[in-house]
Formats: sequence, structure tokens, C-alpha cells
Amino acid sequence: MTIEVRNLVKKFGSFAALDGVDLKVDNGELLALLGPSGSGKTTLLRIIAGLDWPDSGEVFFNGEDALAQGARERHVGFVFQHYALFRHMTVFENVAFGLRVQPRAVRKDEAAIRSRVKELLDLVQLDWLADRYPSQLSGGQRQRIALARALAIEPRILLLDEPFGALDAKVRKELRKWLRSLHHEINVTSIFVTHDQEEALEVANRVVVMDKGRIEQIGSPDDVYDNPATAFVHGFIGESIVLPIQIGDGAIRLGDRQLDLAAEGLAPGASKLFVRRHDMLVGPPGSGAFEGAVQHVRNFGPVQRAEVALSGGETIEIDAPRDKELRAGDTIGLKPRRYRIFAG
Amino acid sequence: MSALAARRRTLPGFGLTMGLTLTWLSVIILIPLAGLFLRSLELSPEQFWNILSSRRTLNALRVSFGLAFAAACVNLVMGSIIVWALVRYRFPGRRIFDAIVDVPFALPTAVAGVALTALFAEQGWLGAPLAALGLKVAFTPVGIFVAMIFIGIPFVVRTVQPVLQDLDPEIEEAAGSLGASRWQTIVRVILPSLAPALLTGLALAFARAVGEYGSVIFIAGNLPNVSEIAPLLIVIRLSEFRYADATAIAVVMLVVSFVIIFAVNRLQRWAQSRIPAR
Repeated sequence: MTIEVRNLVKKFGSFAALDGVDLKVDNGELLALLGPSGSGKTTLLRIIAGLDWPDSGEVFFNGEDALAQGARERHVGFVFQHYALFRHMTVFENVAFGLRVQPRAVRKDEAAIRSRVKELLDLVQLDWLADRYPSQLSGGQRQRIALARALAIEPRILLLDEPFGALDAKVRKELRKWLRSLHHEINVTSIFVTHDQEEALEVANRVVVMDKGRIEQIGSPDDVYDNPATAFVHGFIGESIVLPIQIGDGAIRLGDRQLDLAAEGLAPGASKLFVRRHDMLVGPPGSGAFEGAVQHVRNFGPVQRAEVALSGGETIEIDAPRDKELRAGDTIGLKPRRYRIFAG
Repeated sequence: MSALAARRRTLPGFGLTMGLTLTWLSVIILIPLAGLFLRSLELSPEQFWNILSSRRTLNALRVSFGLAFAAACVNLVMGSIIVWALVRYRFPGRRIFDAIVDVPFALPTAVAGVALTALFAEQGWLGAPLAALGLKVAFTPVGIFVAMIFIGIPFVVRTVQPVLQDLDPEIEEAAGSLGASRWQTIVRVILPSLAPALLTGLALAFARAVGEYGSVIFIAGNLPNVSEIAPLLIVIRLSEFRYADATAIAVVMLVVSFVIIFAVNRLQRWAQSRIPAR
């Protein structure tokens, strides 16, 4: 099933949750909608599910108008952040719900429902919990049951709204891997919403970065990390050093220091220079575009993180390999291995 | 060692509060009830049986319990609808309607009785058109029924309201996206989730209606065997100095009420057990 969204606009009062969103999702894709809270990603997901309606714009499933149908007719599996399991039903009945409420003409008989639910519980590896109530399960188990319930209706599309948002970090990591392999197995077109970049980059085939109701960038996980299209994406994904610079007379300046960086093709005026922490290479003083004094150094797993006061007045944090000798008080040169400049 | 442990209770004051609780409940509830039973023991079983099996007593009990149950059922249905509207929608005047629900709580029951009687009397605003349709409300069992609905409605609304407020609208969305119709969502998801609260509301409204005296006696007409409620019959027996008769009826009311409340309580426990706390 392909999904196409054209020029969606949705306002809540004067707040534009979606401000002209266009998006195409290919068949069998696992797409992440990534953005800070309030960026409109959940609203977009809910409109695709039929739980919300846009002020204007169009949604197509396989080329047919989805907005003409309610949530009930769309055959979309939806997984909620807080699971939304039916508390008064056992796990088994929760999963069976979608099968039991089907119109009588197409409803499966009891034996078929039982075997289908069994199959789904096996799929999420929780068949031993069939007779429990949701309140007796852990968060991770509840979310897997919620997923099994959504899959019971054989959805054409699977939508997950911050599916791991309410879980603790360790469970979240496990479930990420599990979701990816599950998607590989069932191969249904899926979109999941997250504000956790690591989650988006690790799980999705393609990442859509959103901010303030607009799409900032669509690309593969490598793409959005290595080639951010906008200042927002660079700042939001991965840790970035941001330096305010002035461009003019064919040179780039930080404060009153001229930087040894190429200024060709850049519009004059105030801009921002973005560098990843680990892309700042440490050398002897005078060896790079920047110079600064090391304030203090701390080890962070495989890297050491140094706070450096640049001669231009800014203080930045860089990540250097552990074998590099760095001590507080050293004066060092810094050379950005790769960097990007965005106007503004 | 154990003295030390006892001293180190995290919540001090158990002895004092427990003592007060027992004393107070005894003075307020248990001793009066025991007195009631003792008083009725003055009657021989035969006398007791004769009082209870008299036509007038049986009819009074039937009127009280039957109409109270019917009124509680009506309140259950209408109360649920009111709760739904108050909780789920935002409309002008919502807070006012919400406050109005409490009026039957706060109003002296005699005032309510006078007001209802004036309203439903044959010349009253509502009584006149209803009389034209052939339905006489005031001074008939229908009037008792109306008064019992009036005083019972807040009990259903106020017990169900907080539970519905806690019910996440997401579970309705989940049901909808799984293909459930609106009706299926209500019957299979919402009502079962509210069941314990609904049963509690039903029990409270019923208990209140059984015991209601003030508002009912004005509108009932108090015709023996037709529109005479059991509490009124007790008062009548007392005024005739037939104390044993009065206590016998009272004991029966007490026992029947207790059995019903106990049954509802069990039912509610059972419903609750199917929805373990989160």
C-alpha cells in the first residue's frame, strides 16, 4: 500500500500543527516521522489514520481518496503511545477484538479467531500471557500486545505513535530491534512517530524530519545525519557545534578572527557554522581554522570530551579520540574535517 | 525488639484512630441498629409474622422497594447519558448543568416534595398537560416514582463522572480503528469499563430512594395499599403507639436493604476484579 499526502494543513486555533505537508510513502516502507514535540508529526499520523481531519489537503491510499473514509473503513492499524489496551479484557480478548467486531458477513468463526489470535501472540512472543489482564503486564509487553491487536485486522498500513515513548531506555532498545525484524517479517507499509533521533535512525528505512508543521528533510538515515538540508536538521540530529559567523569580502569571520575556510559561493551576511563534535580535529596551535584553550577534559566511553574556549570568545565542546593527549590549559588548533554553513 | 518495631511505625496514631473509629461507629450505627433488633424481639415470632404478612405492610414494602428499584434503573440510564454529555463535550452552560445535578443533594427533601407536588398536581404546569393525556402523577404511585428519580439522580452522576473522566478517549479511538462501530464501542468497551461505577451508582440511588421520606409523602397521596411507602407506615404505627409493629417493619426494611446492598457490592467486586487497577 502506498500513501500519498498532499498539501495538508491543520490548525488548532491559531496554531498551525501542519502547514502544507507533502509526503509519499512507498509500499512496504518503514518510515520514521522525527521531530520535536509540537512539530506536527503526531497530527500527521492521526490524519492518516482517520482519527483527525485536516482543514485542507488530500490523503491517498494506493491512489484512492482516504479522507472519504472514516477510521473504521481505512483498515489502518494504529498503536498508541500509552497502549490504549482494553483494561477489562484479557490479552487474548484484546487481540481478538478487531476480529470479533467485524460485520457478521465476513466475521471468522470462533475456531478461526482463536487460531489467528494464537498466531499473533506467537508473533509477538507473548502467547503465555493470553489469560492475563493488561494491568498485569510490563510496559514493553503491553506495547507488543497493542501491536498484535493492531495486526489482527490485517491492516493495510501500520501506524505507530511514539510506540516506545513510555518505556525505559533498555526495553526501548530491545523493542526497536524487534520492531525492525517484525517489519521485515510482515512487510506492511509502516510509519512511526518519534522524537528520539537514535530510534528513527536505527529503525527506519527513511526518515522524515519535521519542525513547526513543515517537513524539513526527507532522506535515508545516513542522509539526514551526514547531509542535513537545513540548520534545524543539523541542530536536531546529532550533536552539533554552532558558531555565529560573518561572511563578507571573500572571507569568513568568527568575531574579529578570520577563519581559514573557503567562502566561495556563500551569501554575505550573518550565518551559522555547524560542525559535528567529532569532526573537529585537534592539532598544534596555528594548525587549523580555530584556536583555543582547553578548559577541562572528561572521558566519555570511546572518546574524550574537551571544553575549549576559542580565541573568538565562544566556548565549544569537542570529542577527540582517547589516545590524543589533551590536558586542561593546553592551547590547541582545531580544524573542522567537515562543516556546513547555513544563512541566518 | 518488638516494642522497638511497634514504636517505629511509619504511620503513627493507629491505636487512637482505630479506637475512635470503633467507638464512633458503635455509637452512631451499631447500637441503634441493635436497639432496633432488640425492640422487635419483644414480639413473638407469630406476632412478627402477622404484622409482616398483613396486606398493608406487604403493599407498603412492595411500593417502597419496587418503585425505588424502578427509579434507580431510570436514574442509571439517564444519569449515564448526563455524565456522558457533561464529561465528553464542551458546551456553554456546562458548569451550570454540572452544578444543577447537585440540587437534589442540597435541597431539603420537604422543599423538593412541595415543589414536585405543585408541579405535578392536576392544575400544575406539568400535571395539567399530563392529566389531559390521562396520566395522573401527583397523589399516585407515579408521583412516588417521580420523587424517587429526583432524589436519586445525583448519586449515579457523581459516582460515574470521575470514572468516565479517567477513561482515556484513546481506547475509543483504538476500538474505532480496529473496525468497531460506535455502538460496538459503547457496548463492548465503554460500558464494561464503567460497570463497577454504574453498579455503585445504582446501589446508592436505590438505597436513597428506599429510605426517602420527605419528598415522597407530599406527592404520594399516601393511600394505604396503593401509594403508602414503608417509612410512612412506620411513622403511622409510631403515632399509634404500636412501637413493636413499627420496629418489625423497620427490621424487615433493614434486612432487605442490607441483602440488596450486599448483593450489589458482590456484583461490583466481581466487575471490579475484571478491571484490576492499573
